[in-house]
Amino acid sequence: MSDSQRPEEVLYQSRIPIFPRSVKGRFRNIKWVILALAYSVYFLLPWLPWSRDNAPDQAVLFDLAGRKFYMFDLVVHPQDIFWLAGLLMIFAFLLFFVTGVAGRVFCGYFCFQTLWTDVFIFIEHLVQGERPARIRLSKQDWNAEKIRKIGLTHALWLLMAFVTGLSFVLYWGEAGQLVTDFFTGQAPFPAYATAAFLTATTYVMAGVAREQVCTYMCPYARFQSAMFDPETLVVSYDKARGEGAKGRQKLHKGFKTLEERHAAGAGDCIDCGYCVQVCPTGIDIRNGIQLECINCALCIDACDNIMDSLGWPRGLISYTSEKALETGEKTRLLRPKVIAYALALLAAIGVLVWSVAQQAPYDLIVSQVRQPIYVRLSDGSIQNSYEIKLNNKTTEPMTLNFAIQGLDGAELDMGRFSTVELGPGHHLRLQAKVKLSPEGRTGGTYNYRIHVLPEAPADLPQVDANAVFYLPEAR
Amino acid sequence: MAEQQQTHGNAVQTTGHAWDGDLQEFNNPLPSWWLWTFYATIVFALVYWLMYPAWPIGKSFTKGINTITFEQNGEQVTTHWNTRALLIKEMQTGEEALKQQDYLKKVGAASYEEIQNDPDMMGFVNSMAKGLFGDNCAACHGVGGTPTMIGQYPNLGDDAWLWGGDIAAIQATITDGRMGYMPGFAATFSDEQLDQVTAYVLSLSGVVQGEPAQVAAGQKIFQGETGGCYYCHTKAGTGMASVGSANLTDAIWTVADVPGAASDAEKSARVRSVIKNGVQRQMPAWEGRLSAAEIKLLTVYVHSLGGGK
Repeated sequence: MSDSQRPEEVLYQSRIPIFPRSVKGRFRNIKWVILALAYSVYFLLPWLPWSRDNAPDQAVLFDLAGRKFYMFDLVVHPQDIFWLAGLLMIFAFLLFFVTGVAGRVFCGYFCFQTLWTDVFIFIEHLVQGERPARIRLSKQDWNAEKIRKIGLTHALWLLMAFVTGLSFVLYWGEAGQLVTDFFTGQAPFPAYATAAFLTATTYVMAGVAREQVCTYMCPYARFQSAMFDPETLVVSYDKARGEGAKGRQKLHKGFKTLEERHAAGAGDCIDCGYCVQVCPTGIDIRNGIQLECINCALCIDACDNIMDSLGWPRGLISYTSEKALETGEKTRLLRPKVIAYALALLAAIGVLVWSVAQQAPYDLIVSQVRQPIYVRLSDGSIQNSYEIKLNNKTTEPMTLNFAIQGLDGAELDMGRFSTVELGPGHHLRLQAKVKLSPEGRTGGTYNYRIHVLPEAPADLPQVDANAVFYLPEAR
Repeated sequence: MAEQQQTHGNAVQTTGHAWDGDLQEFNNPLPSWWLWTFYATIVFALVYWLMYPAWPIGKSFTKGINTITFEQNGEQVTTHWNTRALLIKEMQTGEEALKQQDYLKKVGAASYEEIQNDPDMMGFVNSMAKGLFGDNCAACHGVGGTPTMIGQYPNLGDDAWLWGGDIAAIQATITDGRMGYMPGFAATFSDEQLDQVTAYVLSLSGVVQGEPAQVAAGQKIFQGETGGCYYCHTKAGTGMASVGSANLTDAIWTVADVPGAASDAEKSARVRSVIKNGVQRQMPAWEGRLSAAEIKLLTVYVHSLGGGK
C-alpha cells in the first residue's frame, strides 16, 4: 500500500454517543429490583437509628476522629483493621466464584457504575424521550428546546450526583447533625471536599463517561478473562440458530415464517437491531463475546420480546456457555474451579466470622523492650522490660490486675500500676519489669505468658499474651 | 479473523503498513478525553511551578509565590513554601502539636507524685521523654539508658545509682551535671599493695574469693589510712551518693567491666587498672539547654528506667 492510498490516520477518537433504547423484560425487572434494594441501603442506611450506651445512636457510622467504626452491634477498632483484609478476600473470592459460574454478573447487576448509569439513562429518557427523540435532539441545532432539555437533564444529573456524594459523607458523621451543618456552612472541610469530589466523579462517570469507564478504566474488565472457561455462562447469541446457512434475513416476502426461512436456508434472526439499540455499551452482541459487554442481559430481554411477538421460541440471545453453544451439551455448574472458589470463599467467611465472634472486650499487646534487651541488677538478677498496651473496647470502665505464668521464680514489677483503671474506650501504655535470678538456669530465651486479671466488671474474661525472657550466658 | 471482520461489516482501521504481503496492524486510537487529561496535567504542572519551589537555577532555584509564615525567636518569619518551614509551623500551630503542648503544660504543672500515680501522664512521659532522651542523653548513656559496654558511662537501666536514685537526686544530676572523680593510686601503692586491694575489692561482692591473707591485707589498706579508700567508699564498701562513689559490694560494675571478663585473672587485671589509674568522668549540666518541663519529663523517665529509689 503506497502512502497516497493510506487512509487518514486517527490518533485520538471521540466518543460515539450511545442512546440506549428502553426495554421491558425479565432481566430488566431483576435489575430494577436490585437497583431499588441497593439504593435503599445506600441512601437510607445512614439514617437508621441504633441505640447504644455512651456511643452515637447511628446504626452505621464510621467515626474516623474517634477511631471507631460502628456497624449495628459491632464496634470495629483500629486493631481490628485486618478484618478489612478478610472482607476484601471474601469480596475477591465471591467475585471469582460468581464470575466462574455466571460470567460478569457483578458488572451487569451490582457494579455502582452500572447502577448509576442506569439511573442517569433513566433521567435522560424521562426528560428527552425515547432513543429516536434523543438522537434527533443531539443532532438538531441549538435552540430553546434543546437548551431546555439538555440543561434539565444535566441539572437533574448534578442533583442526583450531589445526593450521592452527600449520602456518602453521612456515613462518616452523625447524619442529622452533619446535614444541618453542611447546609449552614458549619461542616468540616473534608465533608465539603468529599461531597464535591463524589458529586463530580458521579456526574462525570455516570453521565458523561459511562461505558468508557468499563472499557478503558476498569481493570476487572481486563482480567475477567482469566476466570472464564468454556463452561462459564455468558450472554451469547446463538449464531447457528440465528444465521442458518445464508445469514440473517429481515422479515420480508418469503421469509415471514420459520418454515419459509428454514426452507430458504435463513436463520431466526430478523436483523431488527433491537439488541444493538438497547445495549448500554453500544455493541452488537451478535459479534460474539466482547471486552465491552457487561453482561447486563438487556439484549436478551429485547430479543425475547421480538421472538414473543413473532410467536417464535425465546433464547436466540441467552445466558449460555461456549461449550453449550458448540456441542449442545448442558453446562455443568459444579466444576473443579467453581468448587475450589466456593471452598475458598467459605473458608474466608468462616475465618472472618470466627474472628469477629472472638473479639475480646479489651486488647492486650506485649512488646519486649529491646534496647537494652536485659539489665543486670545489683543483687545479680537479670531484668527484662516490656511495654504493655491495653485498649478498652467497651463503654464501661474496667479495673485490671497483672500476673505472669510459666517462668518459675520470676517477679513481675508493674511499678505503681499493679492495678489500673481503664476508662471506656481508653488506651494505656504501661512499663512492666520482670526480674529473674540466673541461679540454676542456663542462658537463652524463656517463653512465658503475661496475664491480665480483671477485677471489675466481674464478667470480663482473662486475656493473656506470650512474652519472652532473655537470660544472658553466665560468666 | 479478517474475514470475520468483513462479514460483520465491522471495518477496523489499520495503521496502513503491510508486511510480508498481508500482515497488518490494527489502529485502535485512544479516546480523545485521554488526550485532554494529558493536557490537564501540563496545565497542573505550570500552576505548580508558579506556586511552589520547582526549577534549579545554578546554586539556587525558583521559589514559587506560595509562602509560609512561622515564629522564630519571637519574630514572625515569612519564607517561600518548603517542607522544613511547614514542619516548624506545624510544630507551632498544628492540631497534634497543640495537643502535645497542652499535655506538656499539664505535666509541667503537676507534682512528681501526681505524674507517677497517673498512668495516662506516665504514658505521655514515656513517649515524649523517650525522644528527648534519644536526642540529648543517648549519645553517652545509650538508647534505653544502657550503654553498649560497661565502663564508658553509667547504666541507667539497673537499680544502682552512683549519685542517688530518688527523684530529687536525679533532677539535680540532670540540672547541674556531675563530676565523678577517683584518684589514681599508682604513686601511693606498691605493686603488691595494688594486688592486695584488688583482691579485697573483688572479694567484697564475692566475684572472686581470693587468697585470705591477701584479702585481709587489702582490707587493712582499704579501711586504714594507707589507702583511705573508705573516705569515699565507706568502710563497708557500699559507696556514698553524696560523692558519687560506687557500691563495691553489689553485682554492678560501672567502670571496670568485671562481668565481661573471661577469667579471674582478667577480672583482677581490670579492677587493678582502675585502682592504679583512677577515674575521671563528667556529665554536663542541662539547665539552660532543656526547659524545666523537659527536665521534669526526663527525671521521671530516667527514674522509671531502672526502677528508681
